[in-house]
Amino acid sequence: MEQRKEIENYTINFGPQHPAAHGVLRLLLELDGEVVERADPHIGLLHRGTEKLLEHKTYLQGLPYWDRLDYMSMMSQEHTWVLAVEKLLGVTAPERAQYIRTIFAELTRILNHLLFVGAHGLDVGAMTMFIYCFREREAIMDMYEAVCGARMHAAYFRPGGVAKDLPDGLAEKIRAFADDFPKKIDEYETLLTNNRIWKQRLVGVGVVTAEQALDMGCVGPMLRGSGIAYDLRKAEPYDAYDRCDFDIPVGKNGDCYDRYLVRVEELRQSTRIIQQCLDKMPEGDVKLANFKLSIPKREDMHGGMESLIHHFKLVSEGFTVAPGEVYLATESPKGELGVYIISRGGSKPYRVKIRAAGFNHLQALKTMCPGHMIADVTTMMGTIDIVFGEIDR
Amino acid sequence: MAEILNMVHELGEGLFGPLLWSLVWVVIKVVLLLAPVLFMVTYITLAERKVIGAMQVRPGPNRVGFFGVLQPLADAVKLIFKETILPEKADKSLFLLAPLLTLVPALLSWAVVPFSPELILADVNVGILYILAISSLGAYGIIISGWASNSRYAFLGSMRSVAQMVSYEVSMGFTLIPVILITGSLSLVDVVEQQKDWWNIIPLAPMFFIYFISVVAETNRSPFDLPEAEPELVAGFFTEYSAMSSGLFFMGEYANIVLVSFLGALVFLGGWLPPLSILDFIPGIIWLGLKAGFLMFVFLWIRATFPRYRYDQLMRLGWKVFLPVSLFWIFLTGLVLQLTRGIGGE
Repeated sequence: MEQRKEIENYTINFGPQHPAAHGVLRLLLELDGEVVERADPHIGLLHRGTEKLLEHKTYLQGLPYWDRLDYMSMMSQEHTWVLAVEKLLGVTAPERAQYIRTIFAELTRILNHLLFVGAHGLDVGAMTMFIYCFREREAIMDMYEAVCGARMHAAYFRPGGVAKDLPDGLAEKIRAFADDFPKKIDEYETLLTNNRIWKQRLVGVGVVTAEQALDMGCVGPMLRGSGIAYDLRKAEPYDAYDRCDFDIPVGKNGDCYDRYLVRVEELRQSTRIIQQCLDKMPEGDVKLANFKLSIPKREDMHGGMESLIHHFKLVSEGFTVAPGEVYLATESPKGELGVYIISRGGSKPYRVKIRAAGFNHLQALKTMCPGHMIADVTTMMGTIDIVFGEIDR
Repeated sequence: MAEILNMVHELGEGLFGPLLWSLVWVVIKVVLLLAPVLFMVTYITLAERKVIGAMQVRPGPNRVGFFGVLQPLADAVKLIFKETILPEKADKSLFLLAPLLTLVPALLSWAVVPFSPELILADVNVGILYILAISSLGAYGIIISGWASNSRYAFLGSMRSVAQMVSYEVSMGFTLIPVILITGSLSLVDVVEQQKDWWNIIPLAPMFFIYFISVVAETNRSPFDLPEAEPELVAGFFTEYSAMSSGLFFMGEYANIVLVSFLGALVFLGGWLPPLSILDFIPGIIWLGLKAGFLMFVFLWIRATFPRYRYDQLMRLGWKVFLPVSLFWIFLTGLVLQLTRGIGGE
């Protein structure tokens, strides 16, 4: 009888405990030598039931949960929620609040992209990059702290404005940072952009064509890296973006190197937006004067009965929202972050569905990986810039 | 100096008898050699953390002792007192043997490394060959560790490392051949003494660079640290090792770095010879230390600067770039020597 032997591919379990798993990704890799035949991402290890939790909280109480979705770009997440709630309520925030939100959304973009550049560098083995990026992240974290008291989970944006006005001197601090930051970007670029090893590791790796990117629902830098200039800040401007002048960088080949360049350029554009917002920002209120929606000033509460009642009602029962449905998306650093809210009246949403960019990008990993080597898997994991908070929700 | 040595010899022979004393004397010499070597090995870890820290705008270790000078000792104490975990599926004896097999060859090579014309444990006439032979043994420790761990990451790491070490040994060996041709001897003392007029780096500059890059790859250092590439293979071949058994791998790695830095300084940078004869008053061993120290610094500098190579790119670099270039340079050296000196020297 003929002796037959089955030859199996070498399967390794990449994560969830792995230095490059970017959180809790479990990736099953089927290897032929060093070449990846199949990559199978498993998700769900960070599921916290955010969508369900939101159904049981008032709109205001639900806000802090958004910081914890993509915990690398906190205020951008809040931005989606507050804009959606505002749309549902049919209100717009005062102009100063809009500018402040735009500034902080862009600072958050810098925060996120700095982590991307640093972590991507680390994945590819350039460890100094990581530390350099954290130096600047620290400065932005300090701005977070100055404005709301928390370094990460801010809960600063509110439906109808922001929680508090900028403290004295912060605007100057942000401007100094924005003026200085392009020099820092140049510094990062000297380390990486034209480095031969960096290019060898990134150029031609993880190519996503424009067509594939559209099919898989890629958004943000993933889509722009493939050459499609789609940015919600331009396509459907919100807050102060229609009053700012900025460019949308696009890639050409859709490989990891293009996506890296796109993100680095976005760092520069964000600096531009911040500078313009600081120039144009008017004086005035930072939240709506309608105390059925926004919490009154602390000083008024000490003296006025009505303010105290408003405060009590808002933090216990919350404001009521008329029945209706709304979908709203913003351009978070990772791409389109959307939320679909169904309200049946009352102070809590009936159903909330979150559309996170990372979820679609992770499935792109499956198409990107086959045929590449193990080392490229970490490169590609870096390039899709995933955070499991938003994928598992 | 010689009188003191004679006194010690007389004293020793009186105590142990001539035969036993010759053995004891060897042991004493080995200890006298290994103590500074191990000292360097421990302190290059601190130097690495300090240097890379400075490059990354952070202070590096500064808690244990003044300026962190006691940090390596604290690390050693920690590693020794931790439990060595033996994985269930590992081949226990090989698993424990492997770290020793990496460390011991790294220390063995020191026997033929001269620190000055007199200060050498064994001035064998095949010094370079001996070092090449012994350093090849280091690959066994890594292969065995990856195989005995019975873990997938470790296995992949050791596969990579075998291919890498074998490939780069070839180019490292070839870079030394022109030196041997010029010297006409395999003894390291002769190699250094021959560089009196000009250092080998001047006629053999490309060989020096290939040598340096090859030894970076040979010692598994960044940007060629594929066998232990953290974001890819967790810790590569020593994924399953803990406590001092993983510490031994590190010691082996650092001992190799110190060794190849000294070798590079001896073979290409004129060893203990001063750059200008006016500077003769500074002892040769300090010159050697400075040159080797500089090479070690470059090791760390590279680590802080470059991203990591990919496996196939590394292989391509070794076989398709370094090998032809070094072969061509051997040919060129031979040709020049033939034209200037005639066959077999003057």
